This record gives sequence, C-alpha cells and structure tokens, in this order.
Amino acid sequence: MDIFQLPIDQLLLKRKGLRRQLSAAEGLQPVRIAVLGGSTTNEVVDLLELYLLASGFQPTFHQSEYGRYYEDAVVDPAALVGFAPDIVYVHTSVRNLQHLPPVSATAAELQRHVDLEFARYQRIWTVLKEKLSAQIIQNNFELPPYALLGNYDVVAAGGATRFVQELNAAFARAAESDPRLILQDVHTLSARIGLEQWFDHERYFSYKVHVTPEGSVALARSLTSLVRAIYGKTRKVLVLDLDNTLWGGVIGDEGADKIQIGRETPIGEAYTAFQEYCLSLQRRGVLLAVCSKNNEEIAKQGFEHPDSVLRLSDFSCFKANWEPKHENILAIARELNVGVDSFVFVDDNPAERAIVEAQVPEVAVPNVGAGISHFAEVVDRGRYFEEITISAEDLARATLYHSNAQRTKAESRFATYGEYLHSLEMVAEIGRFRPVYMDRIAQLINKTNQFNLTTKRYTLSELETIASDPNYIGIYGRLSDRFGDNGLISIVLGRREGTVLHLDLWLMSCRVLKRDMELAMLDAIVDEAKAVGVRTLLGVYIPTKKNGMVADHYEKLSFIKLGSEEDRITRWSLALDDYKKRNTHISIQQVNAIP
Amino acid sequence: MTSEEILKKLQPIFRDVLDQPDLVITRESNASSVEDWDSLAHINLVTATEKQFRVKFALGELQELKNVGDMCDLIAQKLPPENAPL
Repeated sequence: MDIFQLPIDQLLLKRKGLRRQLSAAEGLQPVRIAVLGGSTTNEVVDLLELYLLASGFQPTFHQSEYGRYYEDAVVDPAALVGFAPDIVYVHTSVRNLQHLPPVSATAAELQRHVDLEFARYQRIWTVLKEKLSAQIIQNNFELPPYALLGNYDVVAAGGATRFVQELNAAFARAAESDPRLILQDVHTLSARIGLEQWFDHERYFSYKVHVTPEGSVALARSLTSLVRAIYGKTRKVLVLDLDNTLWGGVIGDEGADKIQIGRETPIGEAYTAFQEYCLSLQRRGVLLAVCSKNNEEIAKQGFEHPDSVLRLSDFSCFKANWEPKHENILAIARELNVGVDSFVFVDDNPAERAIVEAQVPEVAVPNVGAGISHFAEVVDRGRYFEEITISAEDLARATLYHSNAQRTKAESRFATYGEYLHSLEMVAEIGRFRPVYMDRIAQLINKTNQFNLTTKRYTLSELETIASDPNYIGIYGRLSDRFGDNGLISIVLGRREGTVLHLDLWLMSCRVLKRDMELAMLDAIVDEAKAVGVRTLLGVYIPTKKNGMVADHYEKLSFIKLGSEEDRITRWSLALDDYKKRNTHISIQQVNAIP
Repeated sequence: MTSEEILKKLQPIFRDVLDQPDLVITRESNASSVEDWDSLAHINLVTATEKQFRVKFALGELQELKNVGDMCDLIAQKLPPENAPL
C-alpha cells in the first residue's frame, strides 16, 4: 500500500494503525526532529511521522509548548538542546507576524517593519545555529487571509499583502546565503491549494490549528521531501515509456512519421510540453532513461522526428526491447550504477505501472493516469527531485554520465586495462578539506551508499568542526580525464590517536569506479598521516544492504585483516613504515595551500 | 439516518482514531470514560468525524455536548433528510 496515494480521510482515520504497521519495517534510519510551532502542530507532526516512516526514516519528535516557537529557541532553549535534534522545523504562519505596518505606512516605515520582523526570526536561527548542529527548516508565509485594501493591498506600503511579499523575499535571500537554513515554500504550497481551502478558521478559533487537514497534508508532504533531500535520498533518474508517453501513437504500428508530436494538433502540443518538462529536468541534473516495449531501431527513430524536443543524446540509458519492464529497470540501474530507489517511472499503461510497482517497490511509480495533459503536473507534485542546493556537479551530471558511455566504448579497443586507464589522461586534485568544497563534501558524504565503507553521515556543521580539529585529517579528491571533469568524487576522513589513524570515512562516487582513484587517495592519506607521525592506518568495513561492492576494499589495498565482529563488521590495518606509492595511472595536481 | 445508525457508524471511527480495536462506545460515553480521549485525540476525532459524515460543526456546538449521544443527535440534525431530492 502506498500511503502517498491514500485519501486524507483514510489517513486521519487509520493513522495510529498505519504507524504501527510502518514502524515494524527494518533498517529505518533514525532522525530527531524538533518542531517549534506558532500554532497547534500535532496534526502536521502526526502526518509527517507517517510519510517519513514510509520513506525509510524512524522519526522521533519534540514539539515546543504551544505558540512558544520564539521563547523555546531564544529565551529557554534547554529542553531543545537536551533533545539534540538533527532537524529543527520552525513552523509559523501569517497569523504569527508581529510587525505588520499600519495602513498609513510610508516606504521607509514598511522597510523598518520588515527589518523588525526579519530580525526576530534571524535571532531564532542564530541561537539555533550556536546551540545545535541541526539543520534548520523555516517556512515562509502564505498570503494574509484578508486584503483590507483589495488589489491595492499588494501595492501600498501599508498593505499586509505587500508586507508578506517583502518579508518572503528577505527570507529567500537569507536561505540562499546560509547552508544551515532551508526554506519551506509555504507561500507556493498554500497557493496551490488556494487560500480558501488553506485557512481553517473554525479549527483556529477552537484549537489553534490554523490550516485545514488538506493544508496539514501539504505541509507534511513537502517536509518529507525536504528531509529526504537533507539525507541525500532525493531521486535522480526519470525512466520513461515511449508510445503514448513521450509521443502519441504506437511508433511500431504507425511509423515514425505518424507519431503525434509538435505544434500542429492539441495532442501533439501536449506531448511536446511533456517532453519539454523532461528536458528541463535533464538540464538540471536528472538522468533520463527509456524503458519501452519496442523494436530498438524503430523506437530510436522517434527522436529523429523534426518536432521531437528530446534527442537520443539526452538519454543516459535506452532500453527498447520485449523483456518485462521491471527487468529492464534493473538493467538500467546496473548500467548507470545507481540504486533503483532513486528511480521514478512514468508510463501511460496502468498494467506496466502495476508490474513495476510490485516487482521493484523501491521505484516511485506516480499514478499519471492516461491523460498526457497532467503527466508533468503529477510528476511535479510528487516532489521526487527536491533539491536543497544546486551544485555545479548536479548540473554537470548528465554530461558526466554521457561521457561515461563514451569511455565504455573507448575501453573495448585496448589490449590491457592499464593501457585503457593510461589513455584516459586522468588528472586528480587531492587536498585537505577546504571551505569552498564543504557543501559538496557534505552532499557526497550524505548520499553515497555503495562505495562507502562505513556509511557514517555528518552534518555540514559537524564537518566544519572536524575541518578545524588538528586530530582529524580529511581529504577530498577531484578527477578529470580527457572526456570531462568528474568533479569532487571521493572523500577519506581519518581520526588520529597517537601514532594510529582511524579511517572513519572512505567513500567514492560510483561514476569513477575502477579508475584507480582509491590508490591515489590512499597515497595521499598516507602522506598526510606520515607527516604528523602516524605509523598505522586502521580501516573498518560496516556492511549495509548497499555497500557490498567494497567488502574487499581493504583487502585489495593489501591491508591486514584484524578479524571480524558481530554483524559482519571487519577491521583492517596497514603499517606505513615501508609504504610505497601505489597509483601509476593518475597524475596528481598539487593544491596550493589555501586556508 | 437515525441517531442509532449514526452511533453504529461512529464506532469504527473511534476504534481507528484511538487505535483500540475492542472499544465499545455508547450514547453515555464521554472524554472521561474513554481511555486516551484527551484534547489532542479530540481534535482528531472531530476532524475524522466531519470528514466521514461530510458535515461541519459550527463554533461552540461541540462545547455544549455532554456525551457521544449528544454528538449523534447533532450529526443527525446536520445530515440532509433521507430521500430528499438532490
């Protein structure tokens, strides 16, 4: 059962039973969430709990006393600090605003009122950042329930509508420049529902619940997407059917020149619009793949149609054959080296959706119905590709995977693998953690699951603490080759105790597997370690469902096995006295000593 | 729908929302006689009841109710008469 498709009355009715069922799942990731509310937040928290459980989390909540979102953070934060949250959600609404300007306000007075209101929230965020290492989620504001001046309310300096818009702009600027602060866009959420379905005046007057049950569902779902994004569980791949999904008609029956696409007919317009939506996702870093029951050669002709917005080169993987779709999806996952839990599958055929949903339950299968006009809307509403930042790596990802395909082709022409590696003309930049890379380092640590020896997660602020602690040695690696820049793709973090360095983290992006990058990283960490008198490296492998590929990582690097513990954890050691450099295929670029 | 029929339909709502599969409510049941019926559960019960019966309680109406029986009578008043032309 997919609780994301359950209607709201069922959610409200069955909540406790559903919670019991969902909590029984194994391997849920614990997350501690504090909610500082300006209204009664229990309903939102109850729903959030269900959605998080269904997304693989085991949430524990702490809620502020009613309406004490400011006091519980700024005046008396002891309870909050004691709870030690991973995430603090400051949930306030337009009803909590305290500095609305008088109707007679001048432009200067409006600005002063915005500054006063903003300063109040800034005080909350500053205290939270000082006292906690948690990520902060702060909502912006829905438009006011009443517009005293009508249309002029958004124009006049004394209009409440104008005030909320100025304040929201200030919040957006604050979140843009502060990685610890994530903005929840309640302004848009409430607009999608409509303010008249958003505010619940009866429940506000009776219980201080300020939104309708539908509003609570929207808030909880958007928070779930943010939490998934914070923990790197955002989806990355959009898998698309072809006939009646990317164009109208069946290309195998009707021929490439007869498919419906382009500006000539309403149906053609609709498929063109959906292709444009898919292309926009691809340009911001989502990988596209085809999974279609078709003859491959004929299927590809669809993208040579002059009106096709998407081109063959926009797809990172193309499966058109007669195998069952779930098997093709598993094949796509293997080829792209990405887990199926980062897939979204769009198909107009409900039978195909059903089989994929049943056979590969990790894949998100939105119920797009059969009407092409709403495909983009349904996918968008699912918030599968939520981002909390956009890094240069995200934008370059599609290009990278495409270059990988070219590399695979190049590979087949060489006599030995070493010859192939040599031909790649690889250059690595390896250095200590640097402020300019901290966002990307945190992102990589929190979303790498496969090539990850310990799967330990760190928040950005924990990493900043570590970077300035002399007992830690954290190094990153970037790798480029003649096909392109792979970006920052590997991290090793060591913790020194006397002459021993414990390797708390060793991870790498799968797009640079089998490139000897791990040898270059080992050389670098050994150099750094020896420089501070370390004589032994100690590594540990903590198995998870996803990191089986690195079970023999330390063995391959000729570490000595120290034995294993319960849960198949293994420990390894390497003596450094006679260490010789291992990497031969990658040239190392020196990083200038930048603080 | 009669008040008794409404009571029958309320039964599973109370069981689900309070997660007590064996709970039996009567016309005399109230917040002090039913376990876990606290102020937060009350919001959930009211919201779920409104959704199930497609009715909306007006401000102040609920404060005047003494027990589940009164609630059934109030819902009965709010439901459109049966067999009424649509």
